[in-house]
Amino acid sequence: MSESVLSLENLVFRWPGQGTACLDIPAFQVQAGEQLFLQGESGSGKSTLLNLVAGVLTPAQGRILALGRDLGRLGGSARDRFRVDHVGLIFQQFNLIPYLSVLDNVLLPTRFSPRRRHRAGDPVRAAAALLGHLDLDEALWSRPALQLSVGQQQRVAAARALIGQPEIILADEPTSALDAARQTAFLDLLRQECAAARSALLFVSHDLRLSAGFSRSVALADLQRDTP
Amino acid sequence: MIHLLPLALKSAWNRRATLALTLVAVALAVALLLGVERLRQDARTGFAQAVSGTDLVVGARASPLQLMLYSVYRLGEPTATMDWASVEYLAGHPAVAWAIPLSLGDSHRGFPVVATNQAYFDHFRHGDGKSLSFSQGRPFASVFEAVLGAEVAGRLGYASGHAIVLNHGAGASLAVGHDDKPFTVVGILARTGTPVDRSVHISLEGMEAIHLDWQGGAPMAGLSIPAQHVTKFDLSPKSVTAVLVGLKSRAAVFSVQRQVEAYRGEPLSAVLPGVALARLWDLMATGEQVLRVMSGLVLAVSLAGLAAVVLASLNERRRELAILRSVGARPRDILALLTLEGLVLVVLGLGLGILLLFLLTWGATPWLQTHYGLAPESILLRGQELPWLGLVLAVGFLSSLLPAWRAYRLSLADGLTPRI
Ligand SMILES: Nc1ncnc2c1ncn2[C@@H]1O[C@H](COP(=O)(O)OP(=O)(O)OP(=O)(O)O)[C@@H](O)[C@H]1O
Ligand SMILES: [Mg+2]
Repeated sequence: MSESVLSLENLVFRWPGQGTACLDIPAFQVQAGEQLFLQGESGSGKSTLLNLVAGVLTPAQGRILALGRDLGRLGGSARDRFRVDHVGLIFQQFNLIPYLSVLDNVLLPTRFSPRRRHRAGDPVRAAAALLGHLDLDEALWSRPALQLSVGQQQRVAAARALIGQPEIILADEPTSALDAARQTAFLDLLRQECAAARSALLFVSHDLRLSAGFSRSVALADLQRDTP
Repeated sequence: MIHLLPLALKSAWNRRATLALTLVAVALAVALLLGVERLRQDARTGFAQAVSGTDLVVGARASPLQLMLYSVYRLGEPTATMDWASVEYLAGHPAVAWAIPLSLGDSHRGFPVVATNQAYFDHFRHGDGKSLSFSQGRPFASVFEAVLGAEVAGRLGYASGHAIVLNHGAGASLAVGHDDKPFTVVGILARTGTPVDRSVHISLEGMEAIHLDWQGGAPMAGLSIPAQHVTKFDLSPKSVTAVLVGLKSRAAVFSVQRQVEAYRGEPLSAVLPGVALARLWDLMATGEQVLRVMSGLVLAVSLAGLAAVVLASLNERRRELAILRSVGARPRDILALLTLEGLVLVVLGLGLGILLLFLLTWGATPWLQTHYGLAPESILLRGQELPWLGLVLAVGFLSSLLPAWRAYRLSLADGLTPRI
C-alpha cells in the first residue's frame, strides 16, 4: 500500500498579466518512493509547477498537499522550513555557490535544517558517502565549486538534494547541459541514490527519451484540464 | 543566524577586489573625520595649556588676539614694544605676584628667540600648573648664554656647550645674522608640549648686546662692537615685547586689567588668555564647522559608495541568493546575510580608518611639535571619539540595509529560478 507524498487538487495558477492560466490541474499524485518522469514542452509550465510544489509560489485556487500538509495554509516561513526539511532541489544549471567548496555546497541543507542534519547522522560522513556514490573523486571535494565541469556540478547538486534523505526530490531538467552518454549515467546514479534514500523523485524534462527507467511517465499536457 | 556569518565572510572574500577599494574609501573617510576632530581638540587643549598659569598678558596696545599669538605662541611678528618702565610698574603693582618680561623678534634656524629673565624659569606654568624643569644644564647666567626648548635641541641635535648664532628677524636662512656674537648653550628644558619647546631663550641683556651696533633693524654702517667689549655698555633692557603676569589672587584680574589699560605712561593692552582664546575659537568656528561638514560628507559619500557596490553586486548574485533559498534560506536569512555583510565591511573600514588615524597622528606629531609646539593628547583612541565611531557604525548599518532590502525583495520575486 503506497501513500502519496504529493497531491494536487484542482490547482490553478496564473502569472500576473497572463490571460489564460499557466497551470490548471484537476488531480495529480506522486507516491512515496515513486520515480516519476514529467514531460512538457518548453514554456508549458514545468518550472512553474516545481516552484509551486517547492512552496515558493502559491496557487490562486486549489490545494497542494505535500506529506499531508496543505502548503497554501502554511505561512511564508513555514513553507521555507517545509522546503528545506522535506524537499531536495536540482536545477538545469548553476546549482552551486561558486565560492564554496564542493563539500560545503553539499552540506548547505544541513546547515539550514536541523531535521536534515539529524537524518544525515554525521553530515560530513553522509556527504562524503553521497559524493563517492555519485562518482566524484575525493580530490575534488575541497575545491571551490567554480572549478568543476558542468557534469560534475550536476552530480554535486544531486548529492546536495539527497543529503539528509528528504521525502521529495524535484529535478528541473538537470541533464540538459550534458551529452547523451553522461545524461544516462547521471540519471542512473540519481535514480539509484533516490531509491537508496527512499525519496520520491519528480523529474521534469522536455526530452521524452530520458523517461526510460522511471517507474511512471506523464505528460504535463495530459494533466491539464481540457479547455473546451 | 550564526551559521550565516561564515557564508557572509566567504561571499565577501569572493568579491574582495571590489570590496577592498570601497573599504579603503571608508577607512580614509573615517580617518579624515576623526583627524579633523583630533586636530581641533589638540589645538584647543594645546593652546590652553601653553598659558595655563598666566592671568594676564600685557603688551603695547594691540588686538588681544595678536598680542596672544606672538607673545605666547610665537606666531607672527610683534608690531610694537613697551617701555621698561611699564614692566617695572607691573612688577611693582601690589596685586601682581610675578611678571615675566619677553622680548621677541630674532630667530635661530626658524626657531623663535625669546629674551627673558630668571622669572621665566621661576614662575612660568604650563599644562596643569607644571613649572619648567631642565633636562640638562642650568638657566642662563651671563650675556651670551642660551637655554633651548626640548624640540630645538632635539631637532638640531644641540647639547650643552654648543655655540649658536642668532638671526635678526624670524626668517630661517636669508635673514641678517648676528654672527659676530655667538651664544653658548648652557641648558636644555624638559619637554612641555607647548611653544616653549621650540623657543631659544636668552637673557634680556643678551638681546640688548646683539643689537648694540644695530639701528632700525639693520647693522649700523661702519660700527662694529666686538663681543668681548659689550659689557662696557649699558645692557639693561630699554623695552620689551610683552609681559606675562601672574596675580596674587585671580579675583583681582578684572580690576588689574582696567588699571593696566588706563596706565598713564603709554597705551597698554592687558589680555585675559582664556577670553582671547575663546575669541579665537569663535573666529575659527565657521571654518571648523565647514571642515566638519566636509568630512561628514566625505564619510557619507564613502558609505553610499559601499552600499552602491553591494547593491551593484546583487545582480550577479541573484543566482547565489536563489540557490540559498532552494536549500532553505528564508527571505529574512537573505536580509540578515546582506546586512551582516554590510556591517562586517563597515566594521573593517572603521578598524582600518582607526589604524590610519593612529599612523597619521604618529606621523604628524613631530611636524606639529616643531611648527606649533602642539603635542597630541594621545595617539590611541580617546573617549570623546567613541560617539563618532558609534555614529559611523550606525550610518553604515543603515546604509547596508538598502542592498539587504533589495536582496530580500529579489529573493521573494525570483523564488528558486532567478530571471536575469
Ligand atoms: N516570473 C514570471 N513572470 C511572468 N510569467 C512567467 C514567469 N515565469 C514564467 N512565466 C511564464 O510561465 C510560462 C511557463 O514558464 P516555465 O518557466 O514554467 O516553463 P518551462 O516549462 O519550465 O519551460 P522550459 O522548459 O523552457 O524551462 C511561460 O509562458 C512563461 O512566460
Ligand atoms: Mg523550466
